[in-house]
Amino acid sequence: MKTNPAGPDSMAAFEQTLAQIDEGHYVLRLYLTGHTSRSLKAVQVVKTLCEQYLKGRYDLEVVDLCEEPERAQVAQIIAAPTLVKELPLPLRRLIGDLTNTDRVLIALDLKPRKD
Amino acid sequence: MKKQIRKQTPVLPKAPTGIQGLDQLTGGGLPQGRPTLLCGSAGCGKTLIAMEFLVRGATQFGEPGVFMAFEERIEELAQNFASLGHDLNALVAQKKLALDFVRVERSEIEEAGDYDLEGLFIRLGHLIDKIGAKRVVLDTIETLFSGLTNAAILRAELRRLFRWLKDKGVTAIITGERGEATLTRYGLEEYVADCVIMLDHRVSENMSTRRLRIVKYRGSSHGTGEYPFLIDEAGISLLPITSLGLKHPASTERVSSGLPDLDAMMGGRGYYRGSSVLVSGTAGSGKTSLSAHFAAAAAARGERCLWFAFEESANQIARNMRSIGLDLERPVRQGRLRFHAERPTMSGLEMHLVTIHKQVQEVQPQVVIIDPITNFNALGSDLEIKAMLTRLIDYFKQQQITALFTSLNSGGRAEEAPEVGVSSLMDTWLLLRDVESGAERNRVLHLLKSRGMAHSNQVREFLLTDRGVELRNVYLGPSGILLTGSARGALEAQEQAQALVREQEASGRTRALERKRAALEAQIAALRAEYGVEEAELQRGIAQGDARTAMLAGDRIEMGRQRQANVTATRKTRKPN
Repeated sequence: MKTNPAGPDSMAAFEQTLAQIDEGHYVLRLYLTGHTSRSLKAVQVVKTLCEQYLKGRYDLEVVDLCEEPERAQVAQIIAAPTLVKELPLPLRRLIGDLTNTDRVLIALDLKPRKD
Repeated sequence: MKKQIRKQTPVLPKAPTGIQGLDQLTGGGLPQGRPTLLCGSAGCGKTLIAMEFLVRGATQFGEPGVFMAFEERIEELAQNFASLGHDLNALVAQKKLALDFVRVERSEIEEAGDYDLEGLFIRLGHLIDKIGAKRVVLDTIETLFSGLTNAAILRAELRRLFRWLKDKGVTAIITGERGEATLTRYGLEEYVADCVIMLDHRVSENMSTRRLRIVKYRGSSHGTGEYPFLIDEAGISLLPITSLGLKHPASTERVSSGLPDLDAMMGGRGYYRGSSVLVSGTAGSGKTSLSAHFAAAAAARGERCLWFAFEESANQIARNMRSIGLDLERPVRQGRLRFHAERPTMSGLEMHLVTIHKQVQEVQPQVVIIDPITNFNALGSDLEIKAMLTRLIDYFKQQQITALFTSLNSGGRAEEAPEVGVSSLMDTWLLLRDVESGAERNRVLHLLKSRGMAHSNQVREFLLTDRGVELRNVYLGPSGILLTGSARGALEAQEQAQALVREQEASGRTRALERKRAALEAQIAALRAEYGVEEAELQRGIAQGDARTAMLAGDRIEMGRQRQANVTATRKTRKPN
């Protein structure tokens, strides 16, 4: 996200990002709203897929917005559950309980788009 | 405040918007604790009205508010409103306002399975709880429809959102773009049923006008017309309505017109305070001069006068009035006379109305002059102008402002039909007319009507002298024709000559009479003397007669006595007969 070329810090961040992209490293955050069935389903799907496709090269954070409501604004969350793929770029938001795994995989660039 | 409102209207408490005209229109504000739908096409001021509602709520009514923007970033919002005089950042710092920009980016979002909008609920709920918000604006929530494809979920969630807002007890404004056949593009009016306000932005004759209409207000009476509003550096000004009834007070106080002669025509005391006066006339008939007299009189009474000049600059008016001996510069210096000079074509009709309102609120005048109203003709249809003037007059009456309007009659048109057909709105109507006769054009003044007072039916000649306006009597010529100007002068001179002759004749006759009486009296004296002589003679005669009678009577008694003495002797002498 920080692509401002002005400061050395952002430059460093940019370089780090580049390195992570090279490595194919994934940074994922799953935003939930309490222990609903949708939340549980989504957590299950994400964990399964990550272990299956991204073993050892992903960071996953599960955020319960009921506990940390201020993070909804920061992360621009509207729907729940929302899985945000912060890295690799481009940023993507997957909304829903993620039961449509095909779509999840496509959105995570783990499966080529059909169309 | 809340308690008071509850007491008055136990059915439906209202949250005042602080936007003056809007509160009047809605009878106190938006339905408290319920959502209101504010819809309209792009650029008609939805965001502004919504934000004004929050800012005023936060600053005037102690109700913090949350603004959730779907279209504008927070920085943009803050910038836009800074130019309207609201410092949003300061309000945010004081925790009176919370801003949130909800970014809905279609390209970022993938839908994979079932979802709800709980994220949005939590965001909003968090902000509401954080500052204890009583007011919420969602601007424009329909943006969600372009970001999310599952309309079924969206609709269900919106319905839930509006219900949730009600449960939270916040007064909310939800804005929506106007649709083709529906009030909003996505039919939000289905969910927000309590109050629907529609904004409109129309351009006609190169003038754009924003208008507001209350489509629906469940459980409350409201104005039903379209009301123009204006957005300027001071925020929103909605034209307060023609009030919802004719309830303005009627003063019995009178104010001088500035012309003793004219006051005399109205029972000697001038116009009623708070009445509306129309001065109509052809070009150059003296409308502005009459206005200037009124203004000067108001200033002399120590009142404030506000003069809207739509034809001349303030300096020009002051210079021209100097030529008839009226000093308007002094009251201006004293702050008793304020000119607001503007070309009417500079802005639309509503803009003028709003400007007049604002000026009046600022100056708080007792007298307002609008010179002339006919210059509005270029700005709208007769109906629109009449509507505007109705509003204006009602406003003035409510404020107890005596208003003088001038109206230019173009030559050739019926003189008693003022250009804007407003005479029925006016309490007093002065008609200035040019009379052409004997190669002269002279001015005459008619007092066509003056409600609620005895007034003169006389036509008066109207003179502009270097000592101001003077009213003269109008002379009727031999065949009943008005005589004015030098013809009147000639007639006046002629009449004076005739009067002199008549006076001389009269004194001559008096002297003759005097002589006659002297002669008569002499005669009477002579006759009386003659009579005196005769009377004396007669008296003497009468006296003599009396004396004789008395004498005769005396003789008879004497004789009787003598006869009595001889009675016996007589008898004696008879017996032997």
